[in-house]
Amino acid sequence: MFEIGLGHYLTLGAVIFTIGVVGIFLNRKNIIVILMSIELILLSVNINLVSFSIFINDLSGQIFTLFILTVAAAEAAIGLAIIVVYYRNAGTIRVEEIDKLKG
Amino acid sequence: MEYLILFLPLIGAIISGFFGNKIGDRFSEILTCLFTTTAAILSIIIFYKVILDGYENNIVLFKWIYSGTLDVNWSIKIDALSSVMLVVVTFVSSLVHIYSIGYMSHDPNKPRFMCYLSLFTFSMLALVTADNFLQLFFGWEGVGLCSYLLIGFWFKKETANNAAIKAFLVNRVGDFGLALGVFLIFYYFGTVNFDVVFEQIPQIDKTSINFLGVNFNAVDLICLLLFIGAMGKSAQIFLHTWLPDAMEGPTPVSALIHAATMVTAGVFLVVRCSPIYEYSELILAFITIIGMTTAIFAASIALVQDDIKKIIAYSTCSQLGYMFFAAGVGAYNVAMFHLFTHAFFKALLFLGSGSVIHAFKDEQNINLMGGVWKKLPVTYSLMIVGTLALTGFPFLSGFYSKDAIIEFAYLSGSNVGYYAASIGILTALLTSIYSWRLIFKTFHGTYENKDIKIDEMHESPLVMIVPLFILALGAIGSGYLFKELFIGYNSSANFWGNSIFFLEPLSQNHPPKWFILLTPILVVLTIPFSYILFVKNKDFLINFISTNQPLYQFLKNKWYFDELYDFLFVRFFKFIGKFFWKKIDGAVIDKFGPDGISNVIKFLSNKAVKFQTGYVYQYAFVMLIGFSILLTILIVK
Repeated sequence: MFEIGLGHYLTLGAVIFTIGVVGIFLNRKNIIVILMSIELILLSVNINLVSFSIFINDLSGQIFTLFILTVAAAEAAIGLAIIVVYYRNAGTIRVEEIDKLKG
Repeated sequence: MEYLILFLPLIGAIISGFFGNKIGDRFSEILTCLFTTTAAILSIIIFYKVILDGYENNIVLFKWIYSGTLDVNWSIKIDALSSVMLVVVTFVSSLVHIYSIGYMSHDPNKPRFMCYLSLFTFSMLALVTADNFLQLFFGWEGVGLCSYLLIGFWFKKETANNAAIKAFLVNRVGDFGLALGVFLIFYYFGTVNFDVVFEQIPQIDKTSINFLGVNFNAVDLICLLLFIGAMGKSAQIFLHTWLPDAMEGPTPVSALIHAATMVTAGVFLVVRCSPIYEYSELILAFITIIGMTTAIFAASIALVQDDIKKIIAYSTCSQLGYMFFAAGVGAYNVAMFHLFTHAFFKALLFLGSGSVIHAFKDEQNINLMGGVWKKLPVTYSLMIVGTLALTGFPFLSGFYSKDAIIEFAYLSGSNVGYYAASIGILTALLTSIYSWRLIFKTFHGTYENKDIKIDEMHESPLVMIVPLFILALGAIGSGYLFKELFIGYNSSANFWGNSIFFLEPLSQNHPPKWFILLTPILVVLTIPFSYILFVKNKDFLINFISTNQPLYQFLKNKWYFDELYDFLFVRFFKFIGKFFWKKIDGAVIDKFGPDGISNVIKFLSNKAVKFQTGYVYQYAFVMLIGFSILLTILIVK
């Protein structure tokens, strides 16, 4: 009666992607939240890859996903490290106080 | 040789000007003195060559401007006229250089002073050796510049600065006339070279030209404009106001520039352009009138001045008037002769007064001097020589030249000539009175100075006395020795050659005996008269002044020329200048121009700065929006 199809997966991916993007803009508090939002965007892409790989019966998509997750983990580690260093230098990681680019 | 005369002073100026700090005061003094003295000796040699062989030469250094018909060279033109000027300029200049070593011994900026003096000498030489109007104009402006620099040499003195600016501005009026004259010459002849212009002058004799809505004879207009230039440089009445003020400069400068050389440039110009002036009787009469007016006007002011240098400055003004009216009655060679002798005795008087000022520790008021003739015997006797020469005491240089001017004015036969001759005699009388007044007030009578004890008076150093001696020799002998050469019967054929042009030969008659004797007798009689007036019986003079107070004030205030000009021009132009500066330049051009544009840009960039919040997430958001818009456009397409 109710079949879960490709459209549902893609919708889920799109929803997570949107949450990620909006999370970047609407967040005023913590820069870590931005990092997490970026992870969400990445994950939504992964969902897309996996669902397409199942629906067209091609494993390479899932293998790709595993690679991406690995890289994402490394990237998250670097991101966190940058945040730690920044905190040491600036004494804050509140988003609204990071405005050194202000003209 | 000619190269050396012209360029040695320039080299001296460059070395002492740019490297004066490195080579030291003493060395730059010696160097410039040596160079100008060499130039003086070489000029005398050239002068002799001109006298003996009629040597004439025009050395073209290089082409300056070559465009269309305008063909101008840098050149050294040697003929009788320029050789006389060469001698006067380099001779007086070298003596003034030497004198300055003593006079400026307490000044911290000696190399700069020597540099300006040498630069002046170079400019003046460039002026007199020009073979075209443009090089003459170059020298003309060069001496004007050096005069400005030297008047304002003590630039920390407010009055010196003002005097320098005044001299420069008044000279601009004259220079404007000269420039217009040169333009007009180019307009008619397509060239500015003397030889060509002088040759072609008769062709435009009857041409008329419309200038400022009035029809002029072209030659008259050219002459008038050139003469306006000469008036400015030679401090003739209406443009004379800068010369007395120029006495703010150091005294050697007054001797060199404002007595012997630069101020005579106007006379030189008129004499050099004699081929043009000979065709314009109207302007010659005008020159005579201006000349004699200046002569008597300046002499009348000199009668009541108290500043020793200003008296001599007005005397210079008056003597220049003599030269002009000599030129005006057509006796150009007599004008040159007076220029020649005047250079000696006036430089002598100035340097002598410098020696007095030096002894009185920079006091210039003759009322605060007196009774020092025993203390300054050398200066005193040399000043006496200068005064005798200036007043035209028999057989000294002024006697020959000044009396010749008066005689030629008388002989010219016109009404203007008679008038000029009588004014000339009257002026000679006044000259004598004010000169002796200066001597008696400075050296005789009672000692009036309270700041310096009379025992502290001492004679100037040898380096200042020797130039005075040499000039005194010139003041005594130059008249007698060069009389035949300059104004003898055949002088125009023997000596002057082509450099002075006479349309009709000068009269060879003699004026009546009584006329010849009149001036010398008057001049000699003035000496005891002045002695009584200024030393023996001072009460008479005091009474005379108090009964004739308006006249005295009129003369004391220099005929109110400064006040008149202040009222007519200075205030008006200051107002206009201020109006244009504040209202037009400041409130309109700047406001809408540079200031306005920069304000708009500032305003816009302040707005644009607000766009840059510094929050990374907002940048990312803008990027996203931009990306979405691009995507939408691509999809819709």
